[in-house]
Parts: sequence; structure tokens; C-alpha cells
Amino acid sequence: MSDKKKYTNIGRSVPKLDAVEKATGKAVYPQDTNLPGMLYGKILWSKHPHAEILKVDTTEAQKLPGVKAVITAKDMPPTKLGFAQDNPPLKGDKVRSLRDEVAAVAAVDEDTAEKALEMIKVKYKPLPPVFDPEEAMKEGAPQIHAEAKGNRNKLHYAFEYGDVDAARAASDVVVKHRFKLPWVKHCCLAPYSCVARWDESGKLTMYSPTQIPFLYQRDLANILQMPSSKIRVIQPTIGGAFGSKLDLYPNEVICAVLAKKAGQPVLLTYTREEEFKCTPSRQPVIADIEMGAKKDGTLTFRDVFFILDNGAYTSWGATIPYVLMNSVTSLYKCQNIRFDTAIIYTNNMYSGAMRGYGNPQGTFVVERMMDILAEKLGLDALELRLKNCNQPNEVTPQGFKVTTCGLRECLETVAQRLDWKNKRNKGQKETGTLRRGVGLASYIHVGGGARVYRSDGCGAIVKVDDFGHVTLITGSTEIGTGTETVLAQITAEELGVHAEDVTVVNDDSAIKPWDVGIHASRTTFIAGNAAREAAAKVKAEILKTASELLEEPENKLEINDRKVYPKKNPEKTLEIGKVIRKAHFRQHGQAFMAEAFYDPPTEMEDEDYRGNISVTYGFGTQGAEVEVDTETGQVRVLKMVIANDVGRAINPMLLEAQLEGGLSMGVGYALLEKLVVEKGEVLNPSFLDYKMPTVKDMPPVEIVLIETDDPGGPYGAKGIAESGTIPTAAAIGNAVANALGLHLFELPMQPEVVLKAVKAKLAKRD
Amino acid sequence: MMKHRLNLRVNKQDFEVFVKPKTTLVDLLRDELGLTGTNKGCGTGECGACTVLMNGNAVNSCLVLAVEADGAEITTIEGLASEGRLDPLQQAFVDEGAIQCGFCTPGMILVAKDFLEKNPQLREEDYKTAISGNLCRCTGYVKIVKAIKKVAEGE
Ligand code: FES
Ligand code: FES
Repeated sequence: MSDKKKYTNIGRSVPKLDAVEKATGKAVYPQDTNLPGMLYGKILWSKHPHAEILKVDTTEAQKLPGVKAVITAKDMPPTKLGFAQDNPPLKGDKVRSLRDEVAAVAAVDEDTAEKALEMIKVKYKPLPPVFDPEEAMKEGAPQIHAEAKGNRNKLHYAFEYGDVDAARAASDVVVKHRFKLPWVKHCCLAPYSCVARWDESGKLTMYSPTQIPFLYQRDLANILQMPSSKIRVIQPTIGGAFGSKLDLYPNEVICAVLAKKAGQPVLLTYTREEEFKCTPSRQPVIADIEMGAKKDGTLTFRDVFFILDNGAYTSWGATIPYVLMNSVTSLYKCQNIRFDTAIIYTNNMYSGAMRGYGNPQGTFVVERMMDILAEKLGLDALELRLKNCNQPNEVTPQGFKVTTCGLRECLETVAQRLDWKNKRNKGQKETGTLRRGVGLASYIHVGGGARVYRSDGCGAIVKVDDFGHVTLITGSTEIGTGTETVLAQITAEELGVHAEDVTVVNDDSAIKPWDVGIHASRTTFIAGNAAREAAAKVKAEILKTASELLEEPENKLEINDRKVYPKKNPEKTLEIGKVIRKAHFRQHGQAFMAEAFYDPPTEMEDEDYRGNISVTYGFGTQGAEVEVDTETGQVRVLKMVIANDVGRAINPMLLEAQLEGGLSMGVGYALLEKLVVEKGEVLNPSFLDYKMPTVKDMPPVEIVLIETDDPGGPYGAKGIAESGTIPTAAAIGNAVANALGLHLFELPMQPEVVLKAVKAKLAKRD
Repeated sequence: MMKHRLNLRVNKQDFEVFVKPKTTLVDLLRDELGLTGTNKGCGTGECGACTVLMNGNAVNSCLVLAVEADGAEITTIEGLASEGRLDPLQQAFVDEGAIQCGFCTPGMILVAKDFLEKNPQLREEDYKTAISGNLCRCTGYVKIVKAIKKVAEGE
């Protein structure tokens, strides 16, 4: 791209600003906190998936030397957590899952805290539980929340567009299937950990890995019934998030209440087992989907019903249809859509947000069905997609205004790199029990913020001091993805300095301006636009002073490589630092600092789920080549290809890193990962039994970045952080189907699932 | 509870410490010696985040009892850079974008260090075997392998 050349910082693979700290072991994660007098907190979990709590006796535990605080529901304000306000941080009258918090302890060390937990006596009256959402929907099923009739969460997402029934009647081909997708886990390498500290004036400081510091501050204030101005949120280095820290959860509230009662700071860190059992997971879904097309491949309709296992309480998991819906309504052009959901309470652990927010589930279902439809039509699966491909400037049934769209190029690139023409339809050479196949799948996801709250804004402050030292104070949060580096690059580009000159401050609610949070792949786009705007304001001030010093009008000046100079006379340079010093050391001097708040020109969806929630949309395609052993059921991914419309690659290395990391999560979803949950209990709560990908599971990946230079993005960039995960399982699923000539309708495609399908096919043939 | 006295050398410094019999090396390093660069991702030997070098061998320090480290020479991630210069592996991890959240990084670097020192002649598959007991959720391992390869091949 020719215009790239004019940039000093954009398009440059700057190493992450925090990488040296992390490589040398200096980064401080919440679990590394060590405050004077700090205690260790532990939570007592329920012994029953569904029961009344008759009595909690903490007398003995309180007497144990070293125990500084024991709390139960009685020590809690009556407020509840979560979007539906149905989750008391400590349960008083009833438990609804095995991960329910019943009591908590703070003690001088972990051993003592654990011993104290064993000394708490709880009397339960077990109630009949229900774990299967379809069972829970039936009449007479155990009622989990008194106010939720039929265990239906009051959140309900339904969408209609066009005339589905007429379109079905007019279709030449209709396909219908049921898919089942599993519980999976974020597997952040750092177990959840937080610290609470109160001072004598009643101010609370939380050291939290939260992704939403300001909403967290507000929610914590609400639940503790105190002014949010008395809460300060410090975000230490975060050891993985992926959506898992997108809500305020009971552990953080418990930590705060323990610290208050003990009068000492408390550190509360989960064990890996607790991490598996007790933190919200990606929810399993059952999807009934019907799709139709005309003979020529024109898509006619999609009719989809999703049943979601919400678990026992409402966190963001219940709201994922909001995004899941996007792939159904907007991936490829289809003019008749019906989408409906049932979000069902069960006595399982509750579900939460995870990278892609429902879109991996939605995309899996839609993209698998595209292949099945193509097969039925006798069309090539790539051709079917190209025929119905999204285009620039189209408006989707949900009212998404697509601006730039590189989907066609993504599809074509992936097909070419997979050698689609030769490998897909000709049938590959069979060697013994091994079968090879190729498949691809695409995605659409918000790429320019997501107005899911009334604001989708982020604040930024940029200051430049003598010697040209630049500080960006951004509302956004760094969770490891490299946003602070990308924001430094954007700031530096605007100011004409180098990314390495920029210090980014982003970890303290008392310092940084407001931001919604790090979610929806929004940070590069939203925080990037905010940083750019603030930097532009400071730049204007610098130019004003420089214009006096250089005796040239401002609009004739340029800043580059830390120097100001007249465009016409680049030899006559003045260092930025010098300009600043001149302004500092004079009568009526000035500081160089500016703020900006970028809230994108988007709208919230209305009650019918229509509205342009993002400035731009991200598109991309992944392709997979697999080899399946029909004797063992083992699927080996030989190669993956990603072609992504990224708008503009601000930092190609970090961008690729996002795609690679996302893809590995998708590979896990496709082939390996599943929380085995039986009777509400997680049976594989360890890395030994829950298989997330190791280096050996990671296939070779080819990445092609497609730059469409989005007019709304900072230097043309779109958000991409979730996209690596979204279409992976579908691409691999399509490749497996191509290899075997049969279809699998569940994930993960573990050997036993594959074998079962192979055997069933053989049985049919006999 | 009876505490045991032990002497060990960590990052070229001698320490005398008193520990409970069941204290693990990772807890000793983190809680007693303040070396929190050694991370604890599972505590049960399944993730590799707690890897340190003990007498020149990479070990999961959560599986080693502190008392077993009596008289041992330990290198943690904090002891790798010398005289203000990063170890080539640290530098490669930084430059190649092999670090995201960073929680797995110390363990990855130390396991790679051990492996490269013992096996100078390596193919890509070998680096993969070397780090196959170390989990990373962020990177998909691609850039980690690239960084190790860069050092192995002396680029
Ligand atoms: S903490 Fe030691 S292997 Fe995970
Ligand atoms: S960088 Fe986060 S786990 Fe490896």
C-alpha cells in the first residue's frame, strides 16, 4: 500500500511496551500483591446443586487462631449482582448450583483459611435439581428462581425480518438440523485474583483484573451501598481475560466485605480447580436451524431457535444472543430471517462472556449449514458463499450499515491458499484409513465499537512535557492483547514522535478518564480514535508555539521525527522538546495537554434488535485442511489459513498474534475442549483433564491481512481481537465433513464423536 | 508446626530460610523471597507457568517441596538478565511478539533455556516438544516457537 510509506509508526511491528517487564518477571499480577497486614481469603462453596440453606454455623471457625473474619449472607447488604439482579454474592436462603458461595473467611495464611472453612457447619435441605435446559423448560420442573416461570430467564431475544414462511415455500432446497455445542472455559493462565483494601476514611481500593473498571466501580458501589467516588480501582497486570472479567462477580464483593470486617487488606485468589468450577463459562447451546435457497444458490431464509443453558444466575452469558444473532442475520445476504431463543435457568454453574460473545456458536451453526446447503444444491461451497457475499455499503436485516467489506477477497484468498479447486471437490487421495479434506468459514463481527450501553465512549488525555516526553492516559485497559502499544503508535503518529516515546497510563480509575471497558474488539478503534483526537489537539498547541518561534504560520508547519519544521524548508527544524520548554519557561507559560472523548456515531438496537451498533464491521475467512483417521477418529489439522479484513494493520506483528491466539482457542473449541458437567458438577476441573491446545495441537497458520482502510477507524483500522476464534471451529468442521463425506453436529469433534459418525455411516451403507 | 531450615542459592545469592514441611518451592520463591516472576497457574504440575531452573534443570517448582531444594542452585526469571542485558531468549520473546498477558512467559523462557543449553542441534519439532508441557492461552504458540527458533539458530 503506497500511502503506508508516509507513516512512521502505523504499520510498524513495535514490540509490546510491557513485554520487557513480562519477560523479566517484573510484571505484577493481582496474585503478586503484597500489602502490609494482608490476609488470605477463601470461599466456602455449596455442597448441593439445589437446596435450602437452613443454618450456617461459623462459631468454631471464628475461634480458630489466625482467622480474622468470617462472613455469611448476614454480613452482606441485601443487594444482588448481575444484569438480572438475581445473584446474591453470598447465598442466604437457597443455593442453586455447586459453585454457590455460602460463607467466606479471611485468615493470616491460606492453610488457616482452608481449615476455618472446614469448621463452618452448613445445614441444607436438598431440593430436586434440574440440569438439562430442555428438562428445565418442561412443566413441573424444579423451579430455580421463584420469579422465573418455567425457568425462563426474562431476557428474550427474538428477531424477524421479511417473510420466512413464504420464503420457505418458495425455496427449491431446504435443510434442517440440530446442533449441540459444549461448555468451554477461558483458561486464563492466571487464576482469578483480587485484593481489597480499606482506609480509615472508608475508602476502598480494589486491585482487580476487571475488564470494565468504571462499570465495575459503579456496580461495586451499588452492591456495597456506598458512593462510587469512594472506590478506586487499580488494575494490575492481567493474566488473561477473554471476556472472563467482563462482569462484577461475587468473589470481588466477598473480598471487599472480608477486608472491611477484618480491618486488613485481603487477597482472594482462586485455585485452578475453582477457576474451572466457579468462574462463568461459555454456555452450551442447542440450535435448531433451517435454511433454504433457490436452485441458483440465492439464499432464501434462515429460521433458527437457540436454547441456551444459562446456569443458575444471570451474568453476561444470558445476553450473548445479542451477538449470536449477528451471524444469523448478517453473515452473507439473506432477506428472510427468524431468530428466537430460550434462555433457561438450570442448576449448573452460570454462563458468562467469552471471546466472540456467542458469535463462535452462531457462526458454527450458520457456516456448517452453508456447506450442507451447498451439498444439497449440488453447488460448490465457495461459490455459494461468493454468490451471497456481503458487500461494501450494504445494510443488513438488522440495520448494520456495512462500510468497508473485504469478505469477497478474504474468501478468494483462503480458497486459493487452500488449493480449493483441486482439493475440495476432486476428492483427495485416500491412504489407508486416512482421509483428507478442506473447508472454510467466514464471520461478521463488530469492528468499530459496539453500542451495547448508552455510551460506547472512551476518554483520552495526552500530555507532552519538556524533552518531548509524551504520556497517553487512556480509559482503556490492557489485558495482554497489546492495545497500549497500538494506542502509543496512534498517539505518536499524530504527534510526529515515535511510539517508544510514549508512556501509557491505563491502570487506575483515579487517574484515567472513563471508558466502557475492553470488550467487543473495540479498543483499537474506540480508544484509538480518542487518543488520536487528544493528540491532534496537543499537536495544534505545539504548532501554535512553534509558529511563533519559527516565524511561520501554523498551517505551513509539520511535525515529524520529534521535530517541527516548515513544510517548505525541512532543514529549519526545531525539536518538539525545545518548543515545549520555551513555553514552560516564560511569562504566561502553558502546559501541553488535551483531552478527548470519542463516542462513535452509532445507535443502540431498538426493541426489535435493529440499529447500527458499530461504525464498521469486521469480516474474515478461515480455511482448514484436515486429515481424519477413520480408524481412531483422530482429526489432525494440517494447515489453517486466515484472511482477515483488518481495515489497517497498525501493528502487523501484534495483529497476527491476536489472530493466532484466537485461532488456537478456536482449534480447542473444534477438537479438544469441553467441560464435562454432570449433575451440575464439573468433572474435569484441571488442565490434565480439560484439554486446551498445547503447542503440539497448534497447526501451521498462514495469515493474510486485507487492508480496506476503513474511513471511520484510526488510520483506517478495524477491531479484530475476537475474530481469530469465531470461524475456526466451523472451518475445521467443514473440512472434516469434506474429508469424511458425512456431517457432525456437535463439538468438540473428539475421536469418539468422529468414530460414532463414521460407524453410523458404514452401518447405513451395509 | 515444625519448620525446617534450609540453605539455597537463588539467582546467585545465598539464602537461609525456614519453611514448613509441605511448603513448595514456588511458594517459597514467591511468598518468602518475593520472587513473584515465577507464576503459579495451577499448583499441580499441569501448566508450566512455575518453571524454574534447579541445578541446571527445568522443573515445575510447584511440584518440588522447598525442603528438596536444600543446597540447590535455583535460577528464576529474575536471575536471567545480567548487567542490564536481557538474555537472548528474553530479547527474542520481546522482539517476536511472543508475549501477550505474559503469565506463561517466565516458564516458557526458562524451559526453552534449559532445552537449548542441552540440545544445541534442534529442529522445529524439538522446540515444540520442549515447550509442550507449558500452556499458553494467548499466543497460539506461533510466535513463541519463532522466538525460540531465532535464538537456537543464532539469528
Ligand atoms: S503452577 Fe506449577 S505447573 Fe502449573
Ligand atoms: S501470554 Fe498469556 S498465557 Fe501465554
